[in-house]
Amino acid sequence: MSLSPQDVERIAKLARIRVNGDEVMAYQSQLNNIFGLIEAMQAVDTAGIAPMSHAQDLFQRLRPDVVTEPNRRDAFQAVAPQTENGLYLVPKVIE
Amino acid sequence: MNKTIKQLSALLSAGKASSVELCQDYLAHIQTQNATLNAFISVDNDKTLAEARAADALRTSGQAGLLTGVPIAHKDIFCAEGWLTTCGSKILSNFVSPYDAHVIEQFKAAGMPCLGKTNMDEFAMGSSNETSFYGPVRNPWDTTRVPGGSSGGSAACVAARMAPAATGTDTGGSIRQPAALCGITGLKPTYGIVSRYGMIAFASSLDQGGPMAQTAEDCGLLLNVMAGFDTRDSTCLERPKEDYTRSLNQPLAGLKIGLPREFFGPGLVGDTAKAVEEAISQLIKLGAETVEVGLPNSGLSVAAYYVLAPAEASSNLSRFDGVRYGYRTPEYGDLTDMYEKTRAEGFGSEVKRRIMIGAYVLSHGYYDAYYIQAQKLRRLIANDFTTAFQQCDVILSPTAPSTAFKLGEKTADPVEMYLSDIYTIAVNLAGLPGMSLPCGFDAQGLPIGMQLIGNYFDEARMLGVAHQYQLATDWHARAPQGI
Repeated sequence: MSLSPQDVERIAKLARIRVNGDEVMAYQSQLNNIFGLIEAMQAVDTAGIAPMSHAQDLFQRLRPDVVTEPNRRDAFQAVAPQTENGLYLVPKVIE
Repeated sequence: MNKTIKQLSALLSAGKASSVELCQDYLAHIQTQNATLNAFISVDNDKTLAEARAADALRTSGQAGLLTGVPIAHKDIFCAEGWLTTCGSKILSNFVSPYDAHVIEQFKAAGMPCLGKTNMDEFAMGSSNETSFYGPVRNPWDTTRVPGGSSGGSAACVAARMAPAATGTDTGGSIRQPAALCGITGLKPTYGIVSRYGMIAFASSLDQGGPMAQTAEDCGLLLNVMAGFDTRDSTCLERPKEDYTRSLNQPLAGLKIGLPREFFGPGLVGDTAKAVEEAISQLIKLGAETVEVGLPNSGLSVAAYYVLAPAEASSNLSRFDGVRYGYRTPEYGDLTDMYEKTRAEGFGSEVKRRIMIGAYVLSHGYYDAYYIQAQKLRRLIANDFTTAFQQCDVILSPTAPSTAFKLGEKTADPVEMYLSDIYTIAVNLAGLPGMSLPCGFDAQGLPIGMQLIGNYFDEARMLGVAHQYQLATDWHARAPQGI
């Protein structure tokens, strides 16, 4: 497998990371080297093996549906880039 | 300054030193050493001394625990209320945490003052501490060399005696490899016994916090503080509280040590091979027996890891969007423009590479070939360990293929850097406990580490083996010159 410059641009778009022309070339070569390492996986026959998503066989714990956290909005919004009246501000999304 | 936390605890309880005095000594040492080593991102003398005074007050009133007043440094991946918590990244370079991680709460409850926040590879992605936004940490044994990573600041500060102990996190070797390269002892617990709440996520199914200190005994004492059930981490296991130091004095007679033939192959050469072989002879002298075991799929652990860890990272790091916390680009148009510029400017290149690998392997059409295939390999790798542990009690190997390398030596080729973790990654994939402890020096005087791998929840026995080895050797007690 080999990634093209267009593949790199598509992946960067998916990842919401802006890349310029020079960076595309650098990422293309670095990512292709990394995928060269990863490709070794394809040689292994894994038919019938169940995927392992986690180190422990866990089930999701349930808890009573009651309030457990105090309201700390001011403390949490104090570290936000831009807020107003308790709301986070972002550029207009809907015209 | 050379004292272990066990010895510091004895000084405090005998009234021969106060926590304030100890903290002042360490802070003064940080002041002189850190300009060269860059092991700390944040130091705040007032905060540390306030915690030390509180610890001394607890002792005066008879409420001190075993480690009350003993200071510790924390990796800058742990959120600590009121402390700048950067994870080594520009994108969190203005983030003063409004809350404590569970691990921080545990150390506060034990009365252990925080000496500062240690430098690390950005978002724990790296094996040399060179991806930090705050610049590389230098190895105290040779300042032209790396300390390893990603917990490089924690390893270097313990090696340079700027702190008697530090916390670290390990996703693919990030406690064990820097511990080896800096000549200290570090332990990655079984996945799920230390809460990940407030520990900034890299790859959630692999990340695990653990202690770094001079000795195995200290690591056991620290794990007693760190481990514990916490409902805020859905993968934290509900288990009875245990004493991880309970097997320290158990003799090694009859212990079966597994030596994986795949880890003693042609890749293992020179002084590292020799030091590990001598360590094995020492353990045999102490009564242990060795048995050859096989981990036939371990050769693919690096490949599987570089699918699974980036996949989880691409998801975890999507939260850094310039909206709720952290850095936001100063100039932007629409929302997508703001996201893309914020992330392009806020993340370093290694983090961006891993996010992009993750986005790709999870994308439509590639998911089965990469992500699912890697998860299947993960099961094969974990099964290998299950088989091996039917023949032995603990597994031994080198921790890293080489001693500390030169700054800049491996930065040009990400793949070469990734291979630094060739002996450690399989342990994370399986979720097993592992540790590194010093076992010698190479011809240039650089420390060599050996890795012990335990069965699930068998930290106490693993620490016991390490402690018995440390009673018979003094590699762990050596400090760099001029420290």
